[in-house]
Amino acid sequence: MPQLFSRKVNTYSRVTLFCALALPAGLIFAGSAITRSAANTNVNVPLDQPVPFSHKHHTEELGIDCRFCHPSVETSAKAGVPSTETCMACHSQIWTNAPALKPVRESYEKGTPIRWQRVNKVPEFVYFDHSIHIARGLNCNTCHGPVQKMHITWKGNYFFMRWCLECHNEPEKYLYADPAHPDMEPRQKAFELYKKNKYGQDLTPVEWRNLEGQPLKFDAKQVEAGKKLVEKYGVKTKQLTDCWTCHR
Amino acid sequence: MTKTDWTRCFAIVAAAISLAGCHNDMWTQPKLRAQQESDFFADGQADRMPVPGTIARGGLKEDEAYFTGRRNGKLVADLPSRVVLSKELLARGKERFEVFCTHCHGYAGDGKGMIAQRGLSLRRPPASYHTQRLREMPIGHFFEVMSRGFGVMFSQATRVPVEDRWAIAAYIRALQLSHDFDASSLAPDETQKLNVPADEQLGLPGAHKKGEAEGAPSKE
Ligand code: HEC
Ligand code: HEC
Ligand code: HEC
Ligand code: HEC
Ligand code: HEC
Ligand code: HEC
Repeated sequence: MPQLFSRKVNTYSRVTLFCALALPAGLIFAGSAITRSAANTNVNVPLDQPVPFSHKHHTEELGIDCRFCHPSVETSAKAGVPSTETCMACHSQIWTNAPALKPVRESYEKGTPIRWQRVNKVPEFVYFDHSIHIARGLNCNTCHGPVQKMHITWKGNYFFMRWCLECHNEPEKYLYADPAHPDMEPRQKAFELYKKNKYGQDLTPVEWRNLEGQPLKFDAKQVEAGKKLVEKYGVKTKQLTDCWTCHR
Repeated sequence: MTKTDWTRCFAIVAAAISLAGCHNDMWTQPKLRAQQESDFFADGQADRMPVPGTIARGGLKEDEAYFTGRRNGKLVADLPSRVVLSKELLARGKERFEVFCTHCHGYAGDGKGMIAQRGLSLRRPPASYHTQRLREMPIGHFFEVMSRGFGVMFSQATRVPVEDRWAIAAYIRALQLSHDFDASSLAPDETQKLNVPADEQLGLPGAHKKGEAEGAPSKE
């Protein structure tokens, strides 16, 4: 009796088996790659803004503090985009005829707000609050990427739940004291980094990575120090990962 | 249709129904968030201003000296009674001054902020605080300049709350004293401390040195 199946079938069945396993894995992988890609999250993509506002010019080169334009960031949930009047404090006198600033002047004359494109956003079922994060000494760049380098603002991180939880699970891997001012209030420390950068003071490797918006990469000793800070600041680690913290 | 066909059909319908469950009314909810656009209000803004004349509970501004810097129409010469002069007040004043004023007026209040240093002079340069006229001005004047603006300088009132404005005014007074002082009246050990470069006294190592080298290309 001849064989029912030729030898080739062995290969076919192996390939089929392999595909049956690999395909779903591949699909899941591709799916998550697409979800995290810039096409979906807009991370690292400068948006088309009505005015080509440059954080690099204004914060790094002119040395304006973030709080001059985002004054509510320390005390409330929202950082907010500045009012037209904030720009006109200077631009009523500097670059008064620049075409780039025409929408600003028009907005000031007519009293209609400039319509900035929103860069950073969490879904509306998520509760986020800036003030508590600043009060614990987290620099803006930890979440927003290297803002002081941006000519047109882009998004530094995708704000997926996973990303928030990475830090809420282990805040000790993100908190550090400023070696030059160990006793500085954490709130003030968050902004000191920009000033140190502007005036060319020495930065530790961790501070550099923070400024560049990169992962901090703490070693064991720094994590130990981080744990002390968690205690000192009274971070409520137990409830940080409870669902109601961010979904309320 | 065979049995498998029915199963398939069922699977497709089930998938279609569960996919239809994926809509995003939780992502964008009917509520309005700060600075959002709104098609409900005529001006298209979600942010509403209080009706003119509204007074929030506990927000009645009775204390004239505290809220306007004037008493009976005259600028106050001393801090209002609610503001207590202390080390903390001056520290707060210094911090806030550096956030809201230094880029125009400079860390020392000499009118040489970063904007002036970069050669981009304002049409009217930011004032130096170290003039005889301003030294003689009552403290209420500084409060009023911040609250209402002065000449070409815009009001800072939307950014700087009242208590911080007083802290800044007190700090400006301290700056003025520091620049108008007879050093020979100091004890010798105190004179020693004066030889510390000005930038270090300001707690800002390198500020002045860097300021002079500002025209140099940045290190990037
Ligand atoms: C001169 C005023 C000014 C200063 C100073 C300033 N910003 Fe901004 N910022 C703006 C304006 C205007 C926008 C809106 C336009 C845009 O997105 O670029 C903005 C937007 C942003 C956004 C994105 C907002 C969104 O749409 O999600 C972030 C994040 C931000 N700023 C962070 C910072 C940080 C961090 C600093 C300090 C290093 C800073 N800003 C200093 C004016 C300023
Ligand atoms: C403290 C003063 C100050 C404030 C406040 C300020 N600017 Fe500027 N801005 C400047 C100066 C100075 C320049 C020139 C920068 C340079 O070329 O060195 C400038 C330049 C610009 C330019 C032209 C940059 C270019 O690359 O051509 C734009 C656009 C601009 N500002 C937008 C804004 C907007 C929008 C705001 C309000 C959120 C604002 N500015 C607030 C001082 C200010
Ligand atoms: C813990 C991470 C984190 C830190 C630290 C942080 N931000 Fe944000 N920021 C966010 C998230 C998340 C959003 C989106 C919030 C939303 O959609 O409601 C946001 C939104 C913003 C916006 C857009 C307008 C608004 O208020 O929603 C601005 C402007 C902004 N941040 C500025 C800043 C500045 C300036 C700092 C530093 C002082 C800072 N942020 C620090 C996470 C952070
Ligand atoms: C780099 C670290 C870090 C990241 C990233 C981060 N957080 Fe936090 N978050 C903290 C710390 C630290 C606290 C302070 C907790 C305390 O002191 O009890 C905090 C507190 C909070 C609180 C207040 C908790 C309370 O007890 O009321 C909320 C809400 C919150 N975070 C939401 C978020 C959301 C949403 C995101 C993501 C978009 C996020 N956080 C990302 C570190 C972080
Ligand atoms: C640190 C803040 C934080 C905590 C704690 C948290 N979430 Fe979330 N959650 C988020 C953010 C931010 C998003 C939005 C993610 C996005 O943009 O897709 C989210 C989204 C979701 C979603 C929508 C699906 C998705 O991922 O897009 C569900 C469901 C959810 N969370 C459930 C939970 C549950 C259940 C818990 C408790 C175990 C929890 N969350 C705790 C921040 C948090
Ligand atoms: C946008 C730049 C700018 C900022 C920011 C700024 N000022 Fe001024 N300031 C000026 C200019 C310009 C003048 C000169 C006005 C004139 O002569 O018309 C001035 C003048 C003054 C005067 C002198 C008034 C007089 O009687 O001559 C005082 C006091 C003053 N500012 C205080 C402050 C304080 C306090 C802050 C911070 C809360 C501040 N300024 C922020 C630009 C600025």
